[in-house]
Amino acid sequence: MSDTIISAKHLDFYYGETHALKDICLDIPEHNITALIGPSGCGKSTFLRTINRMNDLIEGTRVTGSLSYRGEEIYAPDRDVTKLRKSIGMVFQKPNPFPMSIYDNVAYGPRTHGIRAKARLDDIVEQSLRDAAIWDEVKDRLKKNALGLSGGQQQRLCIARALAIKPDVLLMDESTSALDPISTSKIEDLAMELKKAYTIVIVTHNMQQAVRISDKTAFFLLGELIEFGDTEKMFSQPTDKRTEDYITGRFG
Amino acid sequence: MKRKMYEIVGRILLYGCTGLTVGLLLFIIGYIIIMGVGGISWSFLTTSESVIKGTIGILPAIKNTLFVIAVSLLISLPLGVGAAVYLTEYAKNKRFVAAVEFASETLAGIPSIIYALVGVIIFCTALKLQKTLLAGSLTLVIMILPTIIRSTQESLKTVPQSYREGALGLGSGKWHMIRTVVLPSSVDGIVTGCILAVGRVIGESAVLMYTAGMSMAMQDFSIDRLSGASGATLTVALYHYAKENADFSTAFSIATVLLILTVIINFSAGFLGKKLKRS
Amino acid sequence: MQLLFTLCGLAAVGFVLLITVYLVISGIPAIQKIGLFNFLFGETWAASQDQYGILPLILTSVYGTAGAVVIGVPIGFFTAVFLAKVAPKKVANVIRPAISLLAGIPSVVYGLVGMCVLVPALRDWLNLPAGDSLLAAIIVLAVMILPSIISLSETALVAVPKEYEEASLALGATKLETYFRICAPAAKSGIAAAVVLGIGRAIGEAMAIMMVAGNVANMPSLTRSVRFLTTGISIELNYSQDGSLQRQALFSIGLVLFLFIMMINAFLNLILKREKER
Repeated sequence: MSDTIISAKHLDFYYGETHALKDICLDIPEHNITALIGPSGCGKSTFLRTINRMNDLIEGTRVTGSLSYRGEEIYAPDRDVTKLRKSIGMVFQKPNPFPMSIYDNVAYGPRTHGIRAKARLDDIVEQSLRDAAIWDEVKDRLKKNALGLSGGQQQRLCIARALAIKPDVLLMDESTSALDPISTSKIEDLAMELKKAYTIVIVTHNMQQAVRISDKTAFFLLGELIEFGDTEKMFSQPTDKRTEDYITGRFG
Repeated sequence: MKRKMYEIVGRILLYGCTGLTVGLLLFIIGYIIIMGVGGISWSFLTTSESVIKGTIGILPAIKNTLFVIAVSLLISLPLGVGAAVYLTEYAKNKRFVAAVEFASETLAGIPSIIYALVGVIIFCTALKLQKTLLAGSLTLVIMILPTIIRSTQESLKTVPQSYREGALGLGSGKWHMIRTVVLPSSVDGIVTGCILAVGRVIGESAVLMYTAGMSMAMQDFSIDRLSGASGATLTVALYHYAKENADFSTAFSIATVLLILTVIINFSAGFLGKKLKRS
Repeated sequence: MQLLFTLCGLAAVGFVLLITVYLVISGIPAIQKIGLFNFLFGETWAASQDQYGILPLILTSVYGTAGAVVIGVPIGFFTAVFLAKVAPKKVANVIRPAISLLAGIPSVVYGLVGMCVLVPALRDWLNLPAGDSLLAAIIVLAVMILPSIISLSETALVAVPKEYEEASLALGATKLETYFRICAPAAKSGIAAAVVLGIGRAIGEAMAIMMVAGNVANMPSLTRSVRFLTTGISIELNYSQDGSLQRQALFSIGLVLFLFIMMINAFLNLILKREKER
């Protein structure tokens, strides 16, 4: 059994008057892929975004309860959010490379965190692109604009960019939903590979994907965590009726 | 440590520059009003300057301004709306469209002192209009044309294609369709263009100083005397009092009047613009 | 009907041609008489001695515009970033119309305030015999180009996709780092257009600087009285005899200024076109 890396205890989250997450208790284990599933608006993305505090960007949000990363409170008042986000990287739904060269995209994070030496940046860029399984495709055009890549390549570039700051946890917010099946399977393979070194939390609409790649699955419904456990067990013998209805496709 | 400095310096720059901009703005507006508001009275606005009585009035300048606005709009409004209708509804030749759009952009970018020269060369000298309000107004027609073309064009583009198809489908001719469907639904944009054009005319000084004259006397606007009417608009009058008479209090009073007009124009253009966006 | 509308469109093209042709026709004779080199590079402009060299005017316009850009662009840029990204909506909604008011104020009003506040202040602070100077003109121009720089840059910054910002923040960049390193570069063509537009405004302004620059055709120096290309025309236009060499020389200045402006506009169109294609 792996150690818990992120732990939510009685976590509530509000957008203004909307109670978006209700009393969530969830321990995410290290070096695993944890999938968050559920119908649209169930709170799975909101939960993902509380982990690296991306929800801070929205005005009028409020958090109560406890959410910790390696034992330290994520919402502690003296928490350095930039350091937190350096440890907890994120890949978004739509590929969002910056409108600059492939090299600069990957180097952006390290540069932001103070790495200036050219040789070191070169190393980081190459290693990150290799880890994201895109090096061979882009090594001859590192100085070209990243927006010229295909959608699947852009998303792997975004993964490389996230890896370049050497995170501990990687959050993937429906990161394959905008891609074709071939690109999707490449990224799934990549995730399986990456979990050796990182802890991965994915939000997905696609239940087959959850089954294929995740170790643990959490099922959210209307802001509540209905069921959480080993993926295999949850999809073969769910304990809650609502989970069963969802995974057998009766709603959602 | 370095990142902290970045943060602090960045914040100082953002707040400092915004503060400076807002401060400047408040200072300029406040200064104008404080210096100028005392000189504004009923007789200031409704009489002309009298050397005998030693009183100052800007009625001639107001009348001249209104005259210039009326004449220049009267000509450039149909021209501008027509050009915009051509560009959005009729034009098929891409090259010609590009030429018209390029011409309109060029006209918008030419500084007013060049218009002043052109006015002097073409209207005052070549067409023998002399230095008159008419020559000034005609020069301004060219200057405000792009403003009217652009805002008409923008609002024509927002008219849904389905309206046009609907009208054509009912068997109306193209011009009938434009007149009954397209133009009425883009009236907001045309009016906004006119307001902006009026703003440009009110604010213009260089052109009028050299093509319309600087006289502060009351002009006769009856049709047969029109070709002889010459005089200062509000901005030219301001320049006249400030630079030639060194009568700053009158200049600031005129500046206050101009400021109020600018506020009214900006407000109504903004209001209509918002309405335009919503529809 | 179509013919009528076509004619309206043609009118705009016709006006541009008319302006160009008349400026060229009236601008050429003086240059022929004076000689192109003597005209452009002559250091003395003195109508009384029939000397018409516009180098001081050209340099003053270039320095004056550059100075206004150096002061106005950073202030405008940071204000735009503040309005687009930092300011609470309510604050931005108050400042924005106020800045468009600044854009709408007639240039003679700027000249007036410059004349009554800035010129005496410069005289006293710098201990000058007179405050009418290139420096005064630069400051007035910087204030005058501020609104267009702010509003164009702000529009460009607002148009930067939110996804870029999110990605940068998720990598652990601070908000400020994100604004300056991601948003500003992503909006660079819009900001460049704002700067070029500002240059066009500054180089074309006449009345406001006529009231604060002193209008003596000296070679440019910050604290001296100077004459710009624009004021070179305006200051003598009312006093020159029709058909005289002096008046013809003014038309030649107009031609030079027109060429400057056309170059700037062409550059602006190029930037905007590139922006559209992206």
